[in-house]
Amino acid sequence: MKSTSELTDFYYKELYPSILELEKQRKAILSKLEAYGFAGIVVFIILALFIIRNFGFHSMFFVLVIITMAISTVIYNFLTSGYNNEFKERIISPIINAINQNLNYSQDFFVSQFLFERSDLFTHSIDRYKGNDHVKGIIDGVDIEFSNIHAQYKTRDSKGREHYQTLFHGIFFVAKFNKNFRSKIVVLPDVAQKTLGSFIGGWLQSNNFSRDKMIKMDSPEFEKQFVVYGNDPIETNYILSHSIMQRILDFQKKISYPIFISFVHNYIHIAIDTKKDLFMPNIFKSLLDFNQTANYINSIRNVILLVEELKLNEKLWGKI
Amino acid sequence: MQISLIVLAVCAVAVILMYNSLIGKKNQADNIFASVDAILKKRFDLIPNLVASVEKYMDHEKDILRKVTQLRAQAMQSGLSDEEKISLDSQLTDALKSINIAMEAYPDIKANQNVIHLQQSLNEIEEQISAARRAYNQSVTDLHNAIEMFPTNIIANFMGMEHRTLFVIGSKERENINISTMFKNQ
Repeated sequence: MKSTSELTDFYYKELYPSILELEKQRKAILSKLEAYGFAGIVVFIILALFIIRNFGFHSMFFVLVIITMAISTVIYNFLTSGYNNEFKERIISPIINAINQNLNYSQDFFVSQFLFERSDLFTHSIDRYKGNDHVKGIIDGVDIEFSNIHAQYKTRDSKGREHYQTLFHGIFFVAKFNKNFRSKIVVLPDVAQKTLGSFIGGWLQSNNFSRDKMIKMDSPEFEKQFVVYGNDPIETNYILSHSIMQRILDFQKKISYPIFISFVHNYIHIAIDTKKDLFMPNIFKSLLDFNQTANYINSIRNVILLVEELKLNEKLWGKI
Repeated sequence: MQISLIVLAVCAVAVILMYNSLIGKKNQADNIFASVDAILKKRFDLIPNLVASVEKYMDHEKDILRKVTQLRAQAMQSGLSDEEKISLDSQLTDALKSINIAMEAYPDIKANQNVIHLQQSLNEIEEQISAARRAYNQSVTDLHNAIEMFPTNIIANFMGMEHRTLFVIGSKERENINISTMFKNQ
């Protein structure tokens, strides 16, 4: 696996011609966005003043705000989609190949809904499931795949209107695990105990009827960060050995997003709740900016490094 | 009158809930101990084969091999208390570790496919035993907390619940076993 500095060198040396072209494109889009933005603000102020003067703070004003936001989003997506696609094709794809040649990248594919539901990380039903930026391949003999996923469910308000709520938006990673097991183990961020305290939070967690039995682990630090549900306490301890608990904690420290992990059917599933797409370029920041570059590289590297971080590539006795 | 009835009913429900919770914790510990027992038996089945396979190579470690055989025979006796089982398990684990270390000095053993296979099976079982010990210790800790904490300690006292012996988790069990570290000289 190439180090971050090697990848940064690769980015600035090998990809430099592509970066320069894309940077030109980015600046052109940015000027268009600024021009449209300025025109939009002027039109909005005129219409807003007209509404307020003739109707007061009428509901029409809020309709105007919503319409303005919708039009802005459409224009933004229309202007940036070509740039986003080209960025992924000319920058992200070569970086992934540079990290490991056995990985295949596809902009449009994503991890199947079957695998997402099999993970049992989120118990709510899913009404809309989409994703992109699929990476699949073999690292050190371990089958892995991951992609951005946006899973949503439908709700209805008091007037009967449908709304989609986000169940999960982030990276979903699946890999073959290096131990054989039959039971199901789900590791979730310990939100209840952190917000409600160990007594009430702990009681709520142990009475979560949508989950299997809560299993207390013998690592106080791990217990502080996560809550574990499983149907077999011995197999849960077998999978969550002290070393893997430590590695999960180390990984959680490295990334600032909540992580959800499950072990089902000899596979490990990891959902990283980034609340955004991982490989989306930031149109407002230069591609030549070092911090921005390091950010792109680290985001990709951290996910692919999961195999090494969790030592999924170490063959244990049970898997021989 | 009505208020005192309500208070009495609430107290009765609280007592029932505490009683059931204590029974649940006790059964949980018993069930896990039964699973520990089952996995320990799997290890007993492998020991005679391992001893038979390595004794022809190991001239200077006859004592360790004899000790392992004796401990296995003791541990397989019926009617042992939980404390005795825990103590024998600990001694047997230490003795098997001594064999592992001693085997490092015998390249012939490390090349023997049968021994390699037995070692793999034994190490897999050791990992399962380690997990079972940790699960048992956690369930016993839960039970001990309930026995000691107010108000469940009152009910536990009436029920005559007692503390149980915990397994000692060695620092080596805190690491994963992998082939490369076991046969790194091969």
